[in-house]
Amino acid sequence: MKEELFVSGRDIPNIDPYLNIWHWQIPLYLFLGGLAAGILFFAGYYTILRKEKEMEATVKWAPFLAPFALVLGLFALFLDLKHKLYFWQLYTTVRFTSPMSWGAWTLMLITPISFIWAASYIKEVFPKWDWKFDVLNRFEAYIIKNRKGIAWIMMILAVILGVYTGILLSAFNARPLWNTSILGPLFLVSGLSTGLAAIMLMSKSKYERKVVSRLDLIMIAVELFLIIHLFMGFLAASEVQVEAAALFLGGDFTAVFWIFVIFLGLVFPAVLEVLELRGYHIPVWIPAVLILIGGLVFRFVMVEAGQITRFLY
Amino acid sequence: MTTRRDFIKVVTAGTGAAALGLSVLDVKGMGSIFGGDEPEPVSDTKLKRYPTYCEVCFWKCAGWTYVDDKGAIKKILGNKEDPHCNGRLCPRGTGGIGMYYDEDRLKTPLIREEKDGKQYFREASWEEALELTARRLKEVAERHSPECIALFNHGSGGKYFGTLLKAFGSENIAAPSFAQCRGPRETGWIATFGQAVGSPEPTDIRDTNCLVLIGSHLGENMHNGQVQEMSEAIERGATIITVDPRFSTAASKSKYWLPIKPATDMALLLAWIHVLIYEEIYNKKYVEKYTYGFDLLKEHVKDMTPEWAYGITTIEPAVIRKTAREMADAAPSVIVHPGRHVTWYGDDTQRTRAIAILNALLGSWGNRGGFYMSEKVHIPHQKLPPFPKPKRTWRDAFPGQYKLASLALSSGICDATIPTDDRDCSFKAWIVSGTNLPLTLPNKKNTLEAISHLEFIVVIDTMPMEITGYADVILPECTYLERYDLLRTSGHREPYIALRMPAAEPKYNTKPGWWIAKNLANKLGLGEYFPYDDITEVLDWQLKQMGSSLEEMKKIGVKKFDRQEGGLYFQEGEDIEFNTPTGKIELWSNEMAAENYDPMPVYTPHPEPEEGFYRLIYGRAPMHTFSRTSNNHNLWDLKKENEVWVNPKVAKLWDLNNGDKVWLKNQDGIVSSFPIKVRVTERIRWDSVYMVHGFGHSDKFLTRAYGHGANDSELITNVMIDPVMGGTGMRGNFVTFLKEKPKNMENSGKEVKA
Amino acid sequence: MAIDTTKCVGCGDCVVACQTENNVPHGYCRDWIVENVAGTYPNVEIELRSERCNHCDNAPCVRCCPTGASHIVEGGIVMVTHEECIGCGACIESCPYDARYSHPEGYVDKCTFCKHRIDNGQLPACVEVCPTKCLYFGDLDDPNSDVSKALQNRKWKVLAPEAGTKPQLYFLT
Ligand SMILES: Nc1nc2c(c(=O)[nH]1)N[C@H]1C(S)=C(S)[C@@H](COP(=O)(O)OP(=O)(O)OC[C@H]3O[C@@H](n4cnc5c(=O)[nH]c(N)nc54)[C@H](O)[C@@H]3O)O[C@H]1N2
Ligand SMILES: Nc1nc2c(c(=O)[nH]1)N[C@H]1C(S)=C(S)[C@@H](COP(=O)(O)OP(=O)(O)OC[C@H]3O[C@@H](n4cnc5c(=O)[nH]c(N)nc54)[C@H](O)[C@@H]3O)O[C@H]1N2
Ligand code: SF4
Ligand code: SF4
Ligand code: SF4
Ligand code: SF4
Ligand code: SF4
Ligand SMILES: [Mo]
Repeated sequence: MKEELFVSGRDIPNIDPYLNIWHWQIPLYLFLGGLAAGILFFAGYYTILRKEKEMEATVKWAPFLAPFALVLGLFALFLDLKHKLYFWQLYTTVRFTSPMSWGAWTLMLITPISFIWAASYIKEVFPKWDWKFDVLNRFEAYIIKNRKGIAWIMMILAVILGVYTGILLSAFNARPLWNTSILGPLFLVSGLSTGLAAIMLMSKSKYERKVVSRLDLIMIAVELFLIIHLFMGFLAASEVQVEAAALFLGGDFTAVFWIFVIFLGLVFPAVLEVLELRGYHIPVWIPAVLILIGGLVFRFVMVEAGQITRFLY
Repeated sequence: MTTRRDFIKVVTAGTGAAALGLSVLDVKGMGSIFGGDEPEPVSDTKLKRYPTYCEVCFWKCAGWTYVDDKGAIKKILGNKEDPHCNGRLCPRGTGGIGMYYDEDRLKTPLIREEKDGKQYFREASWEEALELTARRLKEVAERHSPECIALFNHGSGGKYFGTLLKAFGSENIAAPSFAQCRGPRETGWIATFGQAVGSPEPTDIRDTNCLVLIGSHLGENMHNGQVQEMSEAIERGATIITVDPRFSTAASKSKYWLPIKPATDMALLLAWIHVLIYEEIYNKKYVEKYTYGFDLLKEHVKDMTPEWAYGITTIEPAVIRKTAREMADAAPSVIVHPGRHVTWYGDDTQRTRAIAILNALLGSWGNRGGFYMSEKVHIPHQKLPPFPKPKRTWRDAFPGQYKLASLALSSGICDATIPTDDRDCSFKAWIVSGTNLPLTLPNKKNTLEAISHLEFIVVIDTMPMEITGYADVILPECTYLERYDLLRTSGHREPYIALRMPAAEPKYNTKPGWWIAKNLANKLGLGEYFPYDDITEVLDWQLKQMGSSLEEMKKIGVKKFDRQEGGLYFQEGEDIEFNTPTGKIELWSNEMAAENYDPMPVYTPHPEPEEGFYRLIYGRAPMHTFSRTSNNHNLWDLKKENEVWVNPKVAKLWDLNNGDKVWLKNQDGIVSSFPIKVRVTERIRWDSVYMVHGFGHSDKFLTRAYGHGANDSELITNVMIDPVMGGTGMRGNFVTFLKEKPKNMENSGKEVKA
Repeated sequence: MAIDTTKCVGCGDCVVACQTENNVPHGYCRDWIVENVAGTYPNVEIELRSERCNHCDNAPCVRCCPTGASHIVEGGIVMVTHEECIGCGACIESCPYDARYSHPEGYVDKCTFCKHRIDNGQLPACVEVCPTKCLYFGDLDDPNSDVSKALQNRKWKVLAPEAGTKPQLYFLT
């Protein structure tokens, strides 16, 4: 029999016996970041393709969610900070080795852009809107004229943001579950997928819904592929990663992960979408909401489970 | 007459003052919003220091208490000049600061009152509390006699209260450090070498080539100097042989671990003696020159072969032979450690006799790497008026028994408090200073019964420990960091003295022990025995007689003197007169024979656990001292409760998992008041379970310690008394596991009424 | 720093000393003791380790800190500037040894190798107090320092080398 114990009574809050420094704030932040990234990416993309007309929800309506998601996400991040009144220290330096740092900077850039983007469409949503100040009106005009340029910037930042939500975790070698380069693309794709789900919810055009559904199916397929890849990687790696994978293959997180993330969050909505594309009538909100919930749960599970995994020595 | 004395929790002092304590402690949580005010590391260079010696255990390391510019005590460090600690305190000494800051401390004198049939403590002034104590003691003396009053003490306060009691006419002064601790060893050693081992033990571990530990769990038993020297011995590659049913920390550092079946050490010791003699590898020169009775011993152990011992101890004969040879090879630079807490199985004097004999055969006593001849400084004493001669002592309660007890028996006094027909006066009043009897004496129930027969009990303590709950008057002493005490003088390689002085004013309404004793003496009309206003007068006078001064000692803390009484070791061929009847080291003891005890140790089998029961053995955790530190916040952080160690095979049998909580029930049906967590570990035999002593506090006003872990003392109901000196053998108890809390548990969590 | 596991008795003095020296709040600690038991009765072995921040050469906690609060000072000591720390917890997540904790005041705290003492020419508090003298502290680049000598003459290991952090605590076995 082997025993490993602390004989000095170590029992630090949120660290022993399991690390639990990040609570709900971080997964929520990651989710909202991914969602916003997804929305803004496609808004930019279809603007560049000049499909504003066909894809109204994608380009105009859904982006109204993005600033809210980003601000809420930032707020969640802020809530997570334990030394809150010093948060401005984040913006006194740029640290390229720290995802937290460049993530914060990316948000710093993309959040105002998302506001501006939404603002530029506000008159189309609320025709009676009045900016009151002339400067603002002139600024609006300027933006509208340069939408395509902004779309490019937005798209690039959205990809960075999406990848960042995954890299934030995968940068931590110390947590075997996160210690894989797949998390970046996986979180990006998952973010894009939740973005598409949000668009789907808002879209009133059949054509647009079809396009979005198809895209989403691709995203789901890629996601599933990446997840399989992830597990294969774990199982072929060191003991600690095998143990990390075991959390999902019989361990404490098995049920949540397979039921909520894989089945209800990916497979089932995919099936529904396929059926819908084949002409069956499925209320659109069902797959969309499932995907959103699946994405949220996925981040919760990854953050929680990842903190439990550790190196053995 | 039986007084109904409910156990009361020290209520009055608890509440308001606790908040006070907290506000002093609680520096965090403020200020930091604007940066700046966060706690700085405590650099000693910026602090003022005062000398002290530690009172967290009885090794008495000298150290310095560091105080910041606001007068707050920040830390305690060892005094580099002191041989007890060499500048390094043990965790308990370092954490001694937690005694001072404990918010649960006793804060003001308390008096037991009764209203509407409900008993409670009332806060009182010192004047009133001392007045009442004096009156009640006088009443007992008048109604019975002063000899019916006993003092239980442990620690520095004993000196003052001892003087007080002797002046009052009683010599019944007992410390648990005799009958529950080292009594058998001192008796066995006196019978053999004509002198006690003493404390600190003069074991020359620093220079030894072979250290044999019979139970002694150095490293968990954190007696500082010994642990430090053991570490040096490990580094030097000295052979360590540990005999212990449990894989102790020391065992893990040993070349040989002998996982002996408990209660059979005597057989192993005798077999070792056999091997030394019959393989003729004992120290012949030494034995010839210094010992008496070798031939008798040789004859005595003739049949006590390793093969014989194997059947008893489960230790392989080859291992017994090999370890005996290791000892012989190292001799005389070898130590068979005499142990310290040796009250195990009731034949403990004889077992330590066997250890003493083994050392004599190896010639370790008086040799480098064996035992050195320690020396202490004699401190001059002020002349006091003669004490009245008591007509009776505690011995009269035990005619014909325990004849070689050199000190009073705490357990004996406790037993003699319970009236019997053939005793004309049992004890009627107790003064208890610095000992937590319900956890310290075995068989808690018996202790509480004794207390119920008392007419008066006054307790001097620093904490609301169990014993205070039974007091009629509680006198709160300040901690050692807040007071002067008499100089420390204890034997070592070189004689040293150490000063303890306050580093802060006494917190709350507490007073130093000397002040309490002196003022009580005044009230009893015995002021002439305390001829000073302040103890510093005595200290300064003593120090000046010795060529120092209080002034000087305040600066240096400890002072070394020159040896006066000969060498540290015996010289080659030196003639030594031992203080025994023959003047020799007595392998065959005349003293024992004269009192009709076996003159040479004999193996007697001890009862073994029945099916489903396991022997309860206990010991120390390095970061705690008995029950006194379990509420100390700094040390509580390190260990909050004890666990019961269970071998994996046993755990499987009972379907026990790590961390499960169980109640323990002993052979007499006594169930532990609190559950204890299971630790499943390969570190213990399957016929025994182990726990650390000192936990399982039942007093709610120990806010941290209350209800944490189990108390071994209540499970020790089978006490095997050593016929030679009255030691209380405590390891003949067997327990079994209860996975559910038993229904009709009279003492579940609540206190037994006394 | 080098830690002699053969001498350590797991007493926890190093933990208490750190607590009082560095004002570590109750319930938290910068160093701690691990006991590893291996084998089957009666062939048992114990390893006792006094652990703390490894002051990694390749410190992930420093890399991932968004504000630069976690940084390495001259001599290789990893420090946290409390006033720059936002308490994001990234460094805690990044440390394979769980050596950091979130101080109740909000910032992250951990072993500093008692830099304030070293700067003063003193040994770290835990090293200075250890009754078994099983902690050695000094400059690894100096072949005559206590640590260097200990490492030359003894077998040693570091913890979780595969984490790639290049830890600077050496456990003598
Ligand atoms: N940290 C700390 N240190 C202390 C103290 C403290 O309270 N805390 N108290 C001090 C005092 S006053 C004393 S007296 C000493 C006591 O310390 P020691 O003299 O070392 O006490 P022991 O009873 O020898 O030690 C208990 C050990 O005996 C083993 N044991 C149990 N039964 C048997 C048996 O039948 N045979 C053998 N060979 N071993 C057995 C147990 O497994 C355990 O390892 O400690 C001193 N040091
Ligand atoms: N079951 C069991 N019983 C044992 C032992 C065991 O291992 N198991 N060990 C035995 C041994 S070896 C010994 S030496 C004894 C020790 O027995 P004790 O010395 O009685 O042990 P403690 O539990 O430390 O109790 C000390 C008391 O002194 C108080 N105190 C502390 N400091 C001061 C002070 O400065 N002034 C005053 N007035 N009071 C103070 C504490 O609050 C506490 O109430 O226990 C013995 N009893
Ligand atoms: S051994 Fe520890 S508790 Fe005992 S006197 Fe020394 S420092 Fe104090
Ligand atoms: S103080 Fe020393 S012996 Fe005690 S636990 Fe720490 S490192 Fe080990
Ligand atoms: S041990 Fe942890 S906190 Fe210390 S330097 Fe290494 S990674 Fe950073
Ligand atoms: S918690 Fe503080 S030290 Fe740690 S990474 Fe965040 S800002 Fe840096
Ligand atoms: S070096 Fe200083 S800060 Fe680090 S563990 Fe030791 S005492 Fe604590
Ligand atoms: Mo003792």
